[in-house]
Amino acid sequence: MITFFSIAVDAVAYGMALFIICIGLSLMMGLMRVVNLAHGAFAMIGGYLASYATMQLGFGYFAGIALAVLGTVLIALPLEPLLYRRIYGKPELMQVLMTVGIAFAAIGIVNYLMGPTLKTIPLPPILATPVDIGFRSIAGHRLFVIASGIVVVAALWIAIEYTTLGIKLRAAIEKPDMARALGVRTNAYFLGCYVVATALAAFGGAVGAEFLPIEPFYALRYIVTFLVVVSVGGAGSIVGSLLACLLLGAIDVTGRYLVPDFGNFFFYLCVIVVIFAYPNGLMGRAR
Amino acid sequence: MSKTIVSRLKRFGAAVAMLAAGAAGAAQADTIKVGIIGPYSGPFALQGKNFQAGVEAYLAQNGKNVAGHTIEIVYRDLPGANPQQARALAQELIVREKVQYLGGVYFTPDALAITPLLEQANVPLVIFNAATSAIMNSSPLVVRTSFTTAQTTTPLGKAAIERGTKKFITVVSDYGPGIDAENAFKKAIEAAGGQVAESIRMPMTTNEFSPIMQRVRGAGVEGLFAFLPSGPPTLGFVKAFNDAGLRQAGIRFFSTGDLTQESDLPALGEAASGMLTGFHYAVSHDSAVNRAFVEAAGKALGDVNQLSFPAVGAYDGMRVIAKMIEATAGKQEAAKAVAAVKGMAWESPRGPVKIDAETRHITQTIYLREVAKDATGKWINKEIQSFPEQGDPGLAK
Repeated sequence: MITFFSIAVDAVAYGMALFIICIGLSLMMGLMRVVNLAHGAFAMIGGYLASYATMQLGFGYFAGIALAVLGTVLIALPLEPLLYRRIYGKPELMQVLMTVGIAFAAIGIVNYLMGPTLKTIPLPPILATPVDIGFRSIAGHRLFVIASGIVVVAALWIAIEYTTLGIKLRAAIEKPDMARALGVRTNAYFLGCYVVATALAAFGGAVGAEFLPIEPFYALRYIVTFLVVVSVGGAGSIVGSLLACLLLGAIDVTGRYLVPDFGNFFFYLCVIVVIFAYPNGLMGRAR
Repeated sequence: MSKTIVSRLKRFGAAVAMLAAGAAGAAQADTIKVGIIGPYSGPFALQGKNFQAGVEAYLAQNGKNVAGHTIEIVYRDLPGANPQQARALAQELIVREKVQYLGGVYFTPDALAITPLLEQANVPLVIFNAATSAIMNSSPLVVRTSFTTAQTTTPLGKAAIERGTKKFITVVSDYGPGIDAENAFKKAIEAAGGQVAESIRMPMTTNEFSPIMQRVRGAGVEGLFAFLPSGPPTLGFVKAFNDAGLRQAGIRFFSTGDLTQESDLPALGEAASGMLTGFHYAVSHDSAVNRAFVEAAGKALGDVNQLSFPAVGAYDGMRVIAKMIEATAGKQEAAKAVAAVKGMAWESPRGPVKIDAETRHITQTIYLREVAKDATGKWINKEIQSFPEQGDPGLAK
């Protein structure tokens, strides 16, 4: 029983870190119908900026993360009207080509400016010390990641399901022409959705750096994992993404604890089973 | 006064000798091409840059002229372990570029794909990094100036037992060098009267190590031995060790130097403090030869903090290639070139080294190092014990 709880704690922490990064990708793919392979690049930029702000500029952890999110949004903002707006509604191949190009460009630029070595974001003492939770000790930052994930889930869910903003956003996405005729400024809503997705990527890259270390090829190394989460959860679904992250995190962590020699076998087996049973993902809507 | 005269005479003598050598070689003065294969782009680009820095440091210190022949380096990029591409690149270098020597190679599978070409092409291969013992058996024209996992791990096992840790768990990446490390460590521990209670092999793509650390905790051991190839996951691994409270629980952490390579130490910092590693080279090694090397290689890299062990393998590899060129008077005679470097001994930045005549692998001092701060507050691998003249136990029959 203690082993079970012990694994569960790790699984939830890992799953939440994945969720914070992936939910932005899920929103872009599900709501805006954009296959944004540059999402990992935005997470990477967030991580590098957080590392730069804390290591070089001497900001604290929380201020560093806030600056990283802000900085990433500022960097990504001009890309929406310049590049992304041109690929809305275009064939997926075009979207893939353009966004993967952005990812490669980001890798090159970030390596040139920040250097090819590993980067860390030093944790404040309160998050760095292991916390004794009764049956085992857990790193403080894992609890922080779990809490952050819960806040993100709640905020997004309320914003999209229950506010006027969310209703207009869903309208702008479902029937752009009709929404525009009714006076909804669709471009502004698309931009808003893009900004939220980017900000979440940067936030996830920074707080998830303990799980997925910030390194030069981050943008490509983890994009497969992110895409797997989105397809298992169902693109655009917040609850689906959360379920997918918790499920895949649990399978991955349990497999690694009990039978490490099997590697990623159970992870991908689970993906195959879910996609077989639910072709649109756990909570995805049929197109 | 007399001192300066002597030194001037010496310099004059050297100049005369060089001119004479130049005149003698003038008849056949030519360009000798050396093809160097390494990861210059992609996730391992830093290791490739270190190859290049080692080569350039050697050429900067010794000049591009060897016995009247000019060395020309041709670099070829091989971003990851990719045997087919390695073979194609080597073929291209041999056929189109007409290189007389091959060098470099970061990954074992790539080296094994190249070695079958050597005899037919009459080209020796000097390996700057790839660290699996078996490569040496695949062709008589291979010489290695790096290290093997078994070579760095065996003395570490001995040192661990001497320091009073008896019961271990091993955790390694599930591929060739990882399994080599697991076997070598187990053998060394058992020979010294210790015990390996449990062995875990983890997939190379693992990036969440907390569950593994819980296993380590549950195993009830005194020491952990780990091997992961240098790269981003090592950071997560070392951090997970601390996060799980294993350090506070008094479990000692041993590994090869791949986990604490100098270019990663600023990121690891406090988390790695006190970790004991066994390895052949530390950037902080205290010798005049090493100080000169660090300066030259740091200049070639542009940032001395990115200097890491592949550079010293490349630096010594270039010395071996220069000796081969000298011994064959610039002619393409692979067997004679390799024969000439058997038993060759010199002072490397890592200490005294020798090419073993039988195995063609480098015999060298392996150091036990502790991650600590130096006088200026910079994290280094501090050498605390040395095991001189270590051959490769992986090749011993």
